[in-house]
Amino acid sequence: MIQTNINIDTHLLPILEQVSDPEIPVLTVLDLGVIREAIDIDGTVHVKLTPTYSGCPAMDVIGDDLKLAFAPLGKKVTVELVLAPAWSTDWISESGLQKMEAYGIARPLSESADKDVLLAGKKKVICPQCKSTNTHLVSQFGSTACKALFKCEACLEPFDYFKCLK
Amino acid sequence: MKSEHLYNYILGIADNSLILGQRLGELCGHGPSLETDIAGTNISLDLIGQTRSYYQYAAKISGENKTEDDIAFLRLERGYKNVLLVEQPNTHFGYVMGRQYLFDVFHLLLLQELQFSKDQTLAAIAKKGIKEVSYHKRFSGDWIKRLGDGTPESTAKMQEAIDDLWPYTQELFDMTDADTAMAQEGIGVDVSKLKESYYKQVKTLLTQATLEVPQSTYFSRGGKNGVHSEHMGYLLADLQYMQRTYPNMEW
Repeated sequence: MIQTNINIDTHLLPILEQVSDPEIPVLTVLDLGVIREAIDIDGTVHVKLTPTYSGCPAMDVIGDDLKLAFAPLGKKVTVELVLAPAWSTDWISESGLQKMEAYGIARPLSESADKDVLLAGKKKVICPQCKSTNTHLVSQFGSTACKALFKCEACLEPFDYFKCLK
Repeated sequence: MKSEHLYNYILGIADNSLILGQRLGELCGHGPSLETDIAGTNISLDLIGQTRSYYQYAAKISGENKTEDDIAFLRLERGYKNVLLVEQPNTHFGYVMGRQYLFDVFHLLLLQELQFSKDQTLAAIAKKGIKEVSYHKRFSGDWIKRLGDGTPESTAKMQEAIDDLWPYTQELFDMTDADTAMAQEGIGVDVSKLKESYYKQVKTLLTQATLEVPQSTYFSRGGKNGVHSEHMGYLLADLQYMQRTYPNMEW
């Protein structure tokens, strides 16, 4: 979607596609949009990583996973955390959103709809299981910093909702 | 001298997040319900994440061979610059939410100014933090309303917490030497100017929560200069235990 100032050497893409988010393993780091730069200089890959949430423990793991992924090619990796511009859920790719839904996590709504569901109890989040919008908020905080907990009243399944972050 | 002020200024902001994060972390597995337990640890995680960004920056400019962990774990009590409010114990859930809200309102006002800092790193941490802290404030504010305007017991307990925590609020707006120096350079925030907006917001919420605004004129201070309350030593004993017992250990 809105991917500004991304600078990734194309020959690194096949490797980066193999590095997944440790919390949501169906998403690659490219789907998430956390890799802002990956440049290969003399066999060392310099990566700029933007964290989703300040304290997201996945970031340290992603840094280590990147090193492991490039190690078989004899490439070293440096990881620099870049905070600005701040990560936004708009940076998740459309294919990433589809994989997320198939995995059982509802995709982020627009900013205003997100407020409606998290603060005003409106029913707008689509159940990833049965596609009903007859869903309600169970907890503003979920299993990770990026998610809230919902329940579907149609199929009665609980599920995670990926909160909109702008 | 400039970098010493900047170093102290960064710690002044970061220590509040670290110590409050530690207090909330104590509740992990002990929250009154699953949802509030998860919320407490999520908020703690955000705060400790912000702390790491600040400490990494402080370590970089310290001119010494320091890491973020040295700053977090190896200072003595007098070296911590957090306000007394954030080190107050988790007496009951009303205190946890009261302390949280009284800090969140200040925290958000601070970050909303800090995002315009001439220092690009501080501005970036602040911008990121605003998104997280707005969410914290909504959560803590909702709970104060729910408990304040709840049963007679919850109202009494929430009022007790607000009354007890109120004397720690004014310290938030005291200016240290580092605060003054950094505000003059356009790097830091003049927190004394946030006071009016702070009390206006807090009083509005307390009124909505059918609680009384405390009339106390006594205010306790000292944390910003390293003079802490009796609770701080116990908190640090917990926080620093692993590094003190196994120096230089890594996970």
